[in-house]
Amino acid sequence: MDPIIILHAGLATGTVLLFATIGELITERAGILNLGLEGMMLIGAMAGFSTSLATNNPWLGLVVAMLAGGALSMAHGLVTIHFQADQVVSGLSLTFLGTGIAMVFGEGLTGQNPPTIPVIDIPGLASIPWVGPVFFENHSVLVYVGYLLIPAAWYFIHKTRPGMHLRAIGEKPEAADTMGVNVYRLRYFYVFVGGCLAGLAGATISLAVSPGWYSVQTTSGQGWIAIGLVIFAQWDPLRAAVGSYLFGALRRGILDLQGPPTLFGLTNPLYVNSNWGFFLQMTPYILTILALVLGARAAAKKRIGAPAALGVPYIRGERGL
Amino acid sequence: MTNAVEMQNVTVRFPGVLANDQVNLTLKQGEIHALLGENGAGKSTLMNVLAGLYKQSSGTLKVHGQPVSFNSPKDAIAQGIGMIHQHFMLVPTQTVTENILLGLDDPGFALNLPRYDQKVLDLQAQFGLHVDPAAKIWQLSVGEQQRVEILKVLYRGADILIMDEPTAVLAPQEIDELMNTMRSMVALGKSIIFISHKLHEVTAVADKVTVLRKGVVTAEGISAKGLTPAKLAQLMVGREVVFSVKKKAQEPGDVVLSVNDIHAENNKGVPALRGLSLDVRSGEILGIAGVTGNGQSELAEVITGLRSCTGRVIINDEEIANRPPIRAIESGVGHIPEDRSKVGTAPNLSITRNTIMKSYRHEPIGNGWTINFVKARQEARQLKDKYAILAPSVKTPARNLSGGNLQKVILAREISTRPKLLVAMQPTRGLDVGAIEAVQTLLLEQREAGAAILLISEELEELLSLSDRIAVISHGKIMGVMPVEEADVNKIGLMMVGSETVNN
Amino acid sequence: MPFKLVLEKRVKDVPPWYPFATSIGSVVIAFIISGLILKLIGGQPLEVARYFFTAAFGSWAAFSDTLVKATPLILVGLACTVAFKMKLWNIGAEGQFYMGAFFASLVVLLPILPPDSPKIVVIGAMMVMGMIGGAIWGFIPGYLKARFSINEIISTLMLNYVAILWNNFWIFNTWSDAGFQMTPTFPKSAWLTRVTDYARPYKAFMQNTDSGLTRFLESIGLERISGMTLHLGVVFGLIAVVIVWWLLERSRWGYEVALIGDNPHAARYAGLNIARNIILVMMVSGALAGLAGMSEVTGVVHRLQERISPGYGFTGIIIAWLAKLNPFAVVPVAILFGGLILAGREIQPSGLAMMLQGFILFMIISSDVLLRYKIRFSK
Repeated sequence: MDPIIILHAGLATGTVLLFATIGELITERAGILNLGLEGMMLIGAMAGFSTSLATNNPWLGLVVAMLAGGALSMAHGLVTIHFQADQVVSGLSLTFLGTGIAMVFGEGLTGQNPPTIPVIDIPGLASIPWVGPVFFENHSVLVYVGYLLIPAAWYFIHKTRPGMHLRAIGEKPEAADTMGVNVYRLRYFYVFVGGCLAGLAGATISLAVSPGWYSVQTTSGQGWIAIGLVIFAQWDPLRAAVGSYLFGALRRGILDLQGPPTLFGLTNPLYVNSNWGFFLQMTPYILTILALVLGARAAAKKRIGAPAALGVPYIRGERGL
Repeated sequence: MTNAVEMQNVTVRFPGVLANDQVNLTLKQGEIHALLGENGAGKSTLMNVLAGLYKQSSGTLKVHGQPVSFNSPKDAIAQGIGMIHQHFMLVPTQTVTENILLGLDDPGFALNLPRYDQKVLDLQAQFGLHVDPAAKIWQLSVGEQQRVEILKVLYRGADILIMDEPTAVLAPQEIDELMNTMRSMVALGKSIIFISHKLHEVTAVADKVTVLRKGVVTAEGISAKGLTPAKLAQLMVGREVVFSVKKKAQEPGDVVLSVNDIHAENNKGVPALRGLSLDVRSGEILGIAGVTGNGQSELAEVITGLRSCTGRVIINDEEIANRPPIRAIESGVGHIPEDRSKVGTAPNLSITRNTIMKSYRHEPIGNGWTINFVKARQEARQLKDKYAILAPSVKTPARNLSGGNLQKVILAREISTRPKLLVAMQPTRGLDVGAIEAVQTLLLEQREAGAAILLISEELEELLSLSDRIAVISHGKIMGVMPVEEADVNKIGLMMVGSETVNN
Repeated sequence: MPFKLVLEKRVKDVPPWYPFATSIGSVVIAFIISGLILKLIGGQPLEVARYFFTAAFGSWAAFSDTLVKATPLILVGLACTVAFKMKLWNIGAEGQFYMGAFFASLVVLLPILPPDSPKIVVIGAMMVMGMIGGAIWGFIPGYLKARFSINEIISTLMLNYVAILWNNFWIFNTWSDAGFQMTPTFPKSAWLTRVTDYARPYKAFMQNTDSGLTRFLESIGLERISGMTLHLGVVFGLIAVVIVWWLLERSRWGYEVALIGDNPHAARYAGLNIARNIILVMMVSGALAGLAGMSEVTGVVHRLQERISPGYGFTGIIIAWLAKLNPFAVVPVAILFGGLILAGREIQPSGLAMMLQGFILFMIISSDVLLRYKIRFSK
């Protein structure tokens, strides 16, 4: 029950959620809801794992994982952007498809030990008391990548020209279209970006945070939690980061609660009867719902909503009235 | 003078529709050219071709004498063509400057908004179009949003401006301001195509006129001077138009609707109704005149129970305010909503299922737990015949109907319940002349049958010809109520911008 | 690109056979793609296909097993149909299924009824409890959506995990049968009647009678029925089909559901109480899924245990969509998927059935574009 260990581990688990949440956030900012995160993460986890196994190169594994997630997301892009299919159902089908394909190709990967992404310290920063051991010591390189992704995503969305176009195509695509912004192409692109980040999130599990391939248990619903976090984050990368790390720490802290025989001087019921642990395992899922309730109330107060065109297919030349 | 734009034999086809048929249009340098036509005549389509949004099926475009081919709005912008759309193409959550920069290559990667805010301010000074560059669009008034639209095309260095019904959303005084802007832009070397269907605006500002009817040019580049309303109407409609709906004199009965000191917020949480009061009697039409966005939508929604408010709304002695909408429906309120496809109908349900939206709870359609769909289809067929709804059958989904036919479905449904109060919001907007007449006649029939009618419209002429009394709304208040005999456009226009109060 | 894909909006209504044709076409294409992938990883698609067919439909016994799998699928397919009709994305049929199974099991585990109660009472009580359990698990996301506008996709999904963990706690902790991950077997009074229960009288009937009926049964290979596990749950499913059809297509409530589903703004304008209907639809949907859970514990496993569902709740989503939200079409689609799940259990790689389901759903939604648009290629 050492807080430093919990926070340290929480940042690592939180990095998985961070990649997935920011990827989904970017896709949703472009006006496309992709519920297939879980499928894209599984495919990424499987592809990264097997590539690293085959080539002994975990970095190549990351690249392949991102491309695999991105490739699967393009299927979603095609049916939602061009065929104007319902984004919810398409996203669900992507979950099945990704899960199924990952299981088919992941057959026999369980128990293998490919090289993983190295764990490093950040020189200098690691020696800061308290902060260093939590944030900058003994972390996978991907955790540090996550740190960089947060401000980068925020800056990109709010302070750059492509980010402005991204916001425009999710809020009012016809306005962007009439000014010569290619709504279709950009929507494909950001669906792809979201898919790549989901693939990366999957590989972050299988090659860094908890290395291994455990079939569908590899992600165990984290893709869905990430979708909840996007709403909680109100489509803002900074809030997404807070949510992701918080959830990471919670997931981790909950597991650690089962360890010690006594808690605060009392007998630990979880230690005596491990079956109570089932209730502990429920907490991330219940907390996701609670986070949504809190997020919804805050959003209602500030009148912040989803991107206005989220989930709505854009059809040029569809004549109203 | 050279020709800024030449469109030759332009034809545009949509599935099942010939929107433009062999259209010619020539815009001279430094000219304001009015493009007239009824709704659905193909004006917007033609201009969308010129703006690069649609591609013509055949025909050629020339800009400054050079043949051009546009594959996207970007190509048109590169040729100096900018379009100011009727429905503003602005991103509500972004700032004025961001909207102006949308789609441009400069700025590069980083936005650096303050620098561009300054450039926008410089441009504003040049043309006298002022609006805070750092403001978010949703915070701006309609007139200001239109200025942003104009600034957007000027920023791109457009010298050919297309304005699609720019006056439709403005108050008379704002229209004057806009016309001054147009004149000064032409003085600075711009050329303007100006879409309208209002004659007095055309004669006030345009040099030349081209008229479209059902996608075909009926007058090409004739001089705007000396055009008479009759001549123009004939060109637009193809026959002499006499606004033939005639209202019978009749004494109004008891008060059906009484609205007392209501306050309500709009969807953004900004007060939209501030202490509004009015009465409507049975057998009378009360017309509500006003510039869009002064509380009309909210008023209609409060009366029909769709929006919460403070104050009292009494219909036939029953309090309706802040009750669920079903209370208003059950006490005999019919409602022709502003947005016929988003609110008035369910697009994927059949005509039958759309016509029973209000009547399915009661005999003969509703029957305890069940709905008698055989009966419902019979009634729908009768309504389809009676209201001349053009559709293959009553099983056709609503989304396949044209705007006019959709409106007829709504009217048929709302009127067939014999409402004691009918709230009609923009009932003729976007309809062709034939359909307008039909709708207006139906409203007058309801008046004769003793219904109280609240008619909310942007068309002053419509209000003047249908209403018994006219109330003018501005900033969520009634500025004054007058019998139609005492009403005239100037008086109403001044009250619309809130500068004069006349009490009856 | 040398040519361009042009979508042209359909002006006329499509002929009635068209949706069927696209659905069947989608399934065929999904099978072909899955076969190609199988080939790619070194499998033998044709062999697998033959095995699939034999294992699912090759004999009466196999078909009976397929129907056993189809039974919960019919019910969860209906559960999803009801919710999707109102565009409520109930992804929680899986959790509602588990809660239905749990609540139904309470009747004998708690026990609510004395152990020697007559079968009809026990089964009746279990049905009611199962539906209540599912309805509660539907009520929660329904209430959250109606009251706080909480996205029901997320909440129902999260509640799936909660329901499974909740079940596990009771199976592992309270009612564990000698430390195994299951409860003791239920008394016979809590078993749904199965076909095999009639094996003896049937055999006597076939041997002692020589009529057109027996000859017919023999000629189609039904001389024996012992071992057939098809149970009464399938009758629940079929009755539910008719009831759901009536509710959706003929009742006032069904009209309201369709109206809200198509255009909630119009529904509010027509005076409907949307919040109440959201909760109601979620509860009805949950109750149907709960009944599926009850049917599974009383008809198949006869105890509460871990992993009673191989993802029936999720398959229900695909079934509802493939059946185009038509309750009658749910039955054949559920039988197809029942066969797929049955045969898929023994096929390696294990994800094949899941992948196939994914492709089927994906092809279905892609083909929907054909119903709304004509597709042309142009230069």
